[in-house]
Amino acid sequence: MVNYLKKNKFHASTLWTTALFLLLPLSIIAAESGIEATQGKSWKSAAGKFRVSYSSELEPIIINQIHHWILHLETIDGEPVPDAEIIVTGGMPAHNHGLPTSPRSTQYLGNGDYQIEGMRFHMAGYWEITVTINTGGVSDMVLIPLEL
Amino acid sequence: MRRSGVILAITAIVLFGAWWFYESRDPVPWSDIEIDKLRSLWIGGLPPVPPDPSNRVADDRRAAELGHKLFFDPRLSGNGNVSCAVCHQPARRFTDGLPKGRAIGLSKRNTPSIVGTAYSPWLFWDGRKDSQWSQALEPLENPAEHGGNRMQYVRLIACDPEYRAGYEALFGTLPDFSDYSRFPEAAAPGVNPEWNAAWQLMSSEDQERINEVFINIGKMIAAYERLLLPAPSRFDAYIEAVLDGDDIAQQMIFNDAEIRGLRLFINDARCTECHNGPLFTNNEFHNTGILSYPGEVPDRGRSNGMRKVLGDPFNCLGHYSDAAERRCAELSFVRTGIELVGAMRTPSLRNLEDTSPYMHKGQMISLAEILDHYNRAPPAMIGHNESSPLGLSRSELRQLEAFLETLAAPPATTTQWLAPPDSAN
Ligand code: HEC
Ligand code: HEC
Repeated sequence: MVNYLKKNKFHASTLWTTALFLLLPLSIIAAESGIEATQGKSWKSAAGKFRVSYSSELEPIIINQIHHWILHLETIDGEPVPDAEIIVTGGMPAHNHGLPTSPRSTQYLGNGDYQIEGMRFHMAGYWEITVTINTGGVSDMVLIPLEL
Repeated sequence: MRRSGVILAITAIVLFGAWWFYESRDPVPWSDIEIDKLRSLWIGGLPPVPPDPSNRVADDRRAAELGHKLFFDPRLSGNGNVSCAVCHQPARRFTDGLPKGRAIGLSKRNTPSIVGTAYSPWLFWDGRKDSQWSQALEPLENPAEHGGNRMQYVRLIACDPEYRAGYEALFGTLPDFSDYSRFPEAAAPGVNPEWNAAWQLMSSEDQERINEVFINIGKMIAAYERLLLPAPSRFDAYIEAVLDGDDIAQQMIFNDAEIRGLRLFINDARCTECHNGPLFTNNEFHNTGILSYPGEVPDRGRSNGMRKVLGDPFNCLGHYSDAAERRCAELSFVRTGIELVGAMRTPSLRNLEDTSPYMHKGQMISLAEILDHYNRAPPAMIGHNESSPLGLSRSELRQLEAFLETLAAPPATTTQWLAPPDSAN
C-alpha cells in the first residue's frame, strides 16, 4: 500500500515537471506569436500622415488561397481613422504583373480596422501591396512589402 | 593516316569520358530553401478537395454514381453517340490525343484533363466557368460537342427509370414533363433557331422547371468529377526520400539528369512561378506567347473568359447556385485588366503522359518543343508574353524534359470509376 502510494506520488510529480517542461516553451512561443499577430509591423504612409498595419486570415500566408486581411489605419499620432476610403492594389515588381484578384475594402469594423476581402497570391516571391487612403480631403498611400 | 586515326580515337574517348564524368557527377545536396520548394510541390501536401458550396450534392455518393453514369451516357447528345468520355477518355488521362476536341464538329480548343479540376476556382482554358457543375452544362448544348438541348436531357432523366429514381431520391419529385404542348421535343435558349423559338414560347415557370433539372444534371456530373484525383508519381516518391533524408532511396528513384532537371525547374527555369503547388498549377491566367492555331486569329483567352463568367446565369452568384454570396469570393473579387489579353489558365503538369498535343489549341506535340519555346520566350502575337528567355543549354533542356516525365501517374481513382458503370465486371 505504502509502496503504491509512493509510486503514485512519484508519478504525479514527474507528470508535473514534464508538463511544466513542455508548457513553458510552448507558452513562450504562443506569447511571441501573439505579439506578432496583434502588434505586427506597421508602415508609415508616403506623405507621413498615416500608419498602417494588417493581420491576415491565413497565417502564414500561403499562395493560391483566397482569404481576407484586416487593415488597421491610424494617424501618425496613433488615433484610429474611421470611414476612410481604402483602395488595395498590388503586384510583383520583378514580374511586372498585378494581383490575381481585385481585393476590396468591404466593411469598416471600428477602431480603425477595415476588412479587406479577396486577397490571393499566385506565386512565391516578392510582392508589394499598395494601400491608397482617402479621408476628409486628404489622400496618401502606403506600400507594404511582402515576401512569400 | 593511321596516326590521325589514333588521335581521333583518343580525342573521342577523352571527350566521351569528360561528358560521362559531367553527366554522372554526384549532384549537390538540396539546400533548405530548395527543400521548402520541393515540399510545396509534393502531393503529400495536397489538401482534401475543397468544398463546393455552390453544389449541395457535391459530396453525395449517390450523386457521384449518377454522375458517373451520365458522364459515359451517349444518350446525352444530339445524335446518340456522344458522351463526355468520347473526348475525356479515361485511358488518356481524360483527354483525346487530338489538337482540338472532336465529336459532332470541332471544338474551339484542346481537350484538357479533368483530373484534379475540383481544386480549380476556374474551369476551361479561359476560365469562363467557375464551377464543375456549371462547366458540364456547356458541352451538352455546344453544337460541335454533344449537340443536344436541355429539354431533351431533362426528359431523359424523367423517362429513364434509374435516373428518375436516383434523381428524385436526391432532389425530390420531378415535375411532370409529359405534356408535349408545354414541353416540346426539343427546346433550349441559344444558337439553334428552332430550339430557341420553342424555348421562347414557354412560360418562364416552365423554363425554370427545365433549368432546375438541367442544372442538377451538371451537379451530379460534378460530384463524379470530384473523385478524379491525381496519384503520387515517381517524383513524389523522390520528394519523400528527400524529406526523410534517405540518400540511398533518392539515388534509386531519380537519376542525375532527373535531379538536375528538377533543380532547373524550381530555380533557373522559373517554372514554379506558374506551375506551383502540389498540382503544378496556380490555376491563374498567364500569357506565355504561344502562337495562334494555324490560320486563326490569336485567342483572347481570359479577357473574354472573365466577361463571360461574370455574365453567366449559372455562375456562383446566380440563383441556381447553392452558395451564399459570401462563399463566392473568387467571382466577387475577380480581376480585370489588360494583362489578361491572350492569357490562358496554367495547366497542371501531372498529366503530361498521354496528353499530347499540348497548349490551348494543341499547338505543341512534344515536351522538347515546349521547352524550346520557354527557352526562347518569343513576343506574344496578342497581349504581352510574361516569361522571358531562359538561356538554357540543350543538355539542360533535356534534363528538364527528363524531370517532367517523372510526374506521370495514373489517377488515384479506383478503376470502377474509370470505366462506364455497366461495363464493370
Ligand atoms: C467534343 C469533345 C468534348 C466533349 C464531348 C466534352 N468535352 Fe469537356 N472539354 C473539351 C474541350 C475542347 C475543352 C476545353 C474548351 C475550352 O477551354 O474552351 C473541355 C473542357 C472541359 C473541362 C475543363 C477542364 C479544365 O481544366 O478547365 C471539364 C471539367 C470538362 N471539359 C468536362 C466535360 C464533361 C463533364 C463533359 C460531358 C458533359 C464534356 N467535358 C464533354 C472537349 C469536350
Ligand atoms: C508565366 C507563367 C508560366 C511559366 C513561368 C511557365 N508556364 Fe508552362 N504553362 C503556362 C500556361 C499559361 C500554359 C498554357 C499556355 C497556353 O496554352 O496558351 C502552360 C503550358 C505548359 C505545358 C503544356 C501543358 C499542357 O497540358 O498543355 C507544359 C508542359 C509547361 N507549361 C511546362 C512548363 C515548364 C517546364 C516551365 C519552365 C520552363 C513552364 N511551363 C513555365 C504558364 C507558365
